[in-house]
Amino acid sequence: MRIINFLKSRPFIQSIAAVAANAKIFGFFTGKIWQGNSKVVCVPGLNCYSCPGAVGAWPIGALQAVLGGNKHNFSFYVVGILILFGALLGRVICGFLCLFGFIQDLLYKIPTPKLKVPQKIDQPLRRLKYVSLAIPVIALPILLTNQFGIAPPYFCQWICPVGTLEGGIPLVLGNESLRSMLGFLFSWKMGILVFTILTSMLIYRPFCKYLCPLGAVYALFNRFSFYRMNVDETKCTGCKACEKKCKMNVEITKNINSPECIRCGDCKSVCKQGAITSGFCSRRQTEVAA
Amino acid sequence: MTKRTRNLTLYAKYGLLAVGVLFIALGLLREEQLVVLKKAVKICLECIGVG
Repeated sequence: MRIINFLKSRPFIQSIAAVAANAKIFGFFTGKIWQGNSKVVCVPGLNCYSCPGAVGAWPIGALQAVLGGNKHNFSFYVVGILILFGALLGRVICGFLCLFGFIQDLLYKIPTPKLKVPQKIDQPLRRLKYVSLAIPVIALPILLTNQFGIAPPYFCQWICPVGTLEGGIPLVLGNESLRSMLGFLFSWKMGILVFTILTSMLIYRPFCKYLCPLGAVYALFNRFSFYRMNVDETKCTGCKACEKKCKMNVEITKNINSPECIRCGDCKSVCKQGAITSGFCSRRQTEVAA
Repeated sequence: MTKRTRNLTLYAKYGLLAVGVLFIALGLLREEQLVVLKKAVKICLECIGVG
């Protein structure tokens, strides 16, 4: 039973997902990235395709590549993949399958004082991730192009700390020619990475809450996804133990399928009445109206 | 959740699934997957903070 519980545990699933998305481990020793055809497929979570171990493409980078190219101003392929992932799983991807989410979970376990962001600041900041999806990921690659109609991946270039962590550091360490090219951009991105790491120790998943454009996409699908959570109104006593436990600050009894819920299941584990359930099945349990 | 809302959510779920599959098929017809592959198999210098 213990083994089964371990196999079903979130950290185990997150570890498996991290290894599966970065299965070409030899790349970390050679300082090169995998160039196989598997990279035509996007992985569901945030995993930089310039990571030496990456076996797939990351959807937001792929979206910027298509939008910023000179052939298409819309990507049916990447948007279709995002809709498919979103409709099936919603933000369960953030909670279970995203490597950077897992890294932030581990950083938050480091015993440091924890900060609770006041709601007045937290709520407007949560909307920032939609801005980061709309402007650097979608608008700028379409509108701000060079004379050949090509645009760089603005979000990845100026905001994303993951490329530096997963790709930049291992590749620069293993590749002398890349080391000779370092300049202001690398320092800027290292600054963002260090800031993200430090804030992740103090605040639970700050990148997911405030900046991640992929999280913003999946958040839009949380209400409609096949994977859902439910509160059984007949069992719920309104003790709000679930809301106290929730590190994403979701008002579970009011809106359990909130765009902010990453389906981590902490609320389920703390509910003594067993009022909270989750899964793909459409249960006939009453969901407390939003 | 009212019956009407539940039905709407159900339609939205399957509708989104269908749109997702349709979009992927359209993207494949336009050969967008080759743009994705071309980007993903080269080191993205901007992404890693080098260029």
